[in-house]
Amino acid sequence: MLKYTVKRLLQSLFTILAIVTIVFLLLRLLPTDYYFTEDQLMKMTEQQKHDQLERAGLLDPMGVQLVRYYGQLLRLDFGESRRLQVGFKVTDIIAERFAISMRFGLSAMAISLFLGVLLGILQTINKNGILDHIGTGYTIFVNAVPHLVSYSLILIFGQKVLKLPSLYSPRNPGPSSILPIICLALGSVANYALWTRRYMVDELNKDYIKLARIKGMGYREIMVKHVLKNAFVPLVAYIPASILLTIGGSLLVERFYSIPGMGPLLTDAIGLYDTNIVQTLVMVYASLGILGVFLGDVMMMLFDPRIKLAGRGETR
Amino acid sequence: MAREPIFSARDVEIEFSLRGSTLKAVRKCSLDLYEGETLAIVGESGSGKSVFTKSFLGMLDANGRIAGGSIMYDGQDLAKFKTEKEWLKIRGKKISMVMQDPMTSLNPLKKIGMQIQESIEMNQGVKGEAAKKLAMEMMEKVGIVDVERRFNQYPHEFSGGMRQRVVIAIAVACKPQILICDEPTTALDVTIQAQILGLIRNLQKELGMTVIYITHDLGVVANVADRVAVMYAGQIVEYGLVNEIFYDAWHPYTWALLSSLPQLGVKGEELPAIDGTPPNLLQEVVGDAFAPRNTKALAIDFVEEPPYFEVSPTHKAKTWYLDPRAPKIEQPHTIQRLRSNTKEGR
Repeated sequence: MLKYTVKRLLQSLFTILAIVTIVFLLLRLLPTDYYFTEDQLMKMTEQQKHDQLERAGLLDPMGVQLVRYYGQLLRLDFGESRRLQVGFKVTDIIAERFAISMRFGLSAMAISLFLGVLLGILQTINKNGILDHIGTGYTIFVNAVPHLVSYSLILIFGQKVLKLPSLYSPRNPGPSSILPIICLALGSVANYALWTRRYMVDELNKDYIKLARIKGMGYREIMVKHVLKNAFVPLVAYIPASILLTIGGSLLVERFYSIPGMGPLLTDAIGLYDTNIVQTLVMVYASLGILGVFLGDVMMMLFDPRIKLAGRGETR
Repeated sequence: MAREPIFSARDVEIEFSLRGSTLKAVRKCSLDLYEGETLAIVGESGSGKSVFTKSFLGMLDANGRIAGGSIMYDGQDLAKFKTEKEWLKIRGKKISMVMQDPMTSLNPLKKIGMQIQESIEMNQGVKGEAAKKLAMEMMEKVGIVDVERRFNQYPHEFSGGMRQRVVIAIAVACKPQILICDEPTTALDVTIQAQILGLIRNLQKELGMTVIYITHDLGVVANVADRVAVMYAGQIVEYGLVNEIFYDAWHPYTWALLSSLPQLGVKGEELPAIDGTPPNLLQEVVGDAFAPRNTKALAIDFVEEPPYFEVSPTHKAKTWYLDPRAPKIEQPHTIQRLRSNTKEGR
């Protein structure tokens, strides 16, 4: 297990390094004019621009820049924002937004995991019944209707009927968070319900369920002692990744409710060619994704005795 | 056989609804079971042998139902059972079953020991340590060594034969009176087959169980059975003591089955096979269901279904050949040879 973990970590580091390098190089291919505001472009002389770029080290050969960048990464120095919040450290900007996105993401995940799995279980028990059809209808609706439409419906309903604030405001975080969290949870409730139902029905049709029935086990006991746990194994692999990715924030929901989270930061930074922020954000997203997959594998192993990640398990 | 049967199925009919049409999988089958005996049900795939016995413990698929007849056991008519709750009183406790494929019959995520213990806790009212002890005894009884370690292992750490032993342990954990073995050795290595058959036989003796074997392996039948029932197209076409079926069969389908046994073939001669396919059970079967595949079928076979004719008090066959009005028919050479060979051999 330890050996496997170390191996996986090294692989992950390498992957992140590769991603960071590619992004870094691509960003350097942009014309240098993008490093200045329109105002600056108009007022500064060519010489002034050249000096400024030179001071920032942006005119050095690519290899030199890359090595310097690696050095900074090793010192955990991610640089300063050049355009978005001039002079602020990138880490500070991201940390602040990260915290906000995380709060929304984790609340939404907790709710959708609970409701989604519950709905899936109820659908399975009530297979082909009214509840099952309602659940399936909900899943289809959520996935088929463009998110903006369903978000708008929630917004209208929340605003008109429940009198909830339609924009997030840090001064009133409680009530103004309700609608965004519902929007965030909407899709994942449907997906968790869909997968839970699917895996439970899969398990129910397996031979060992027949043997359990022959043993004289009742439906409820079979559900609790056999089906639930087994259906959870395939599901469990996706959970860490989806939790971690919600921390990254939702582009759409955060924009929709003007939440100063991580989602809009990336588009803003790209729009303004704030290379340091873009680089760091990409690294954060990549790390979250890779960590999620890794944790998923570990969870699988904890749940399923057949999976031995550390190499050949002892058999017989 | 003056003994009273402990179990008696009469004219059982089982139907499946398939996309609006009705498939008659079992057409008026009757069966008696006596205490401690071994009955083998043989027949080709789709003859209804599995379905027939599954109905004894309410394990028919959701689209199947018992459409007629009665299944008398323990003073109750099982054919009238409607709810799962009623079946739970019988299933596992009185009548149990071993399925064909041990590779998929066990929960892959549950410790072997727990799966046996579960069955004991479910049916015998003991819990925890006491149930664990009984489960371990059961494991020893089915020939699993090093029980302490094996108890905490998972199915994937067991070989096919070992898994089937576990399945058997689960099935007999509650000392059922009747054990149905649905092709218990089909999925196993030939070398393991004999061991499993021996195990079932020992358990049967020890627990005084009545065993029903479902198989298409006539070798198994000859080994284990006291009586044999031959099924074709949802009907029992012939039944009798094992000797009567092997040496004095009368139904043309039984003949065909026996003749196609490689062990009985003559070197240099082509092994006979049964041409054609069984009838479509979605439609009404007219006359003798086997007639279209029987080269020596009588005219009446295509018109009217034959009744059972008695060959001996224990042996009946559902064929017009035995009608006194039928032309004189000789059993095929293979059957005659089989009989004379054994007589000489004895």
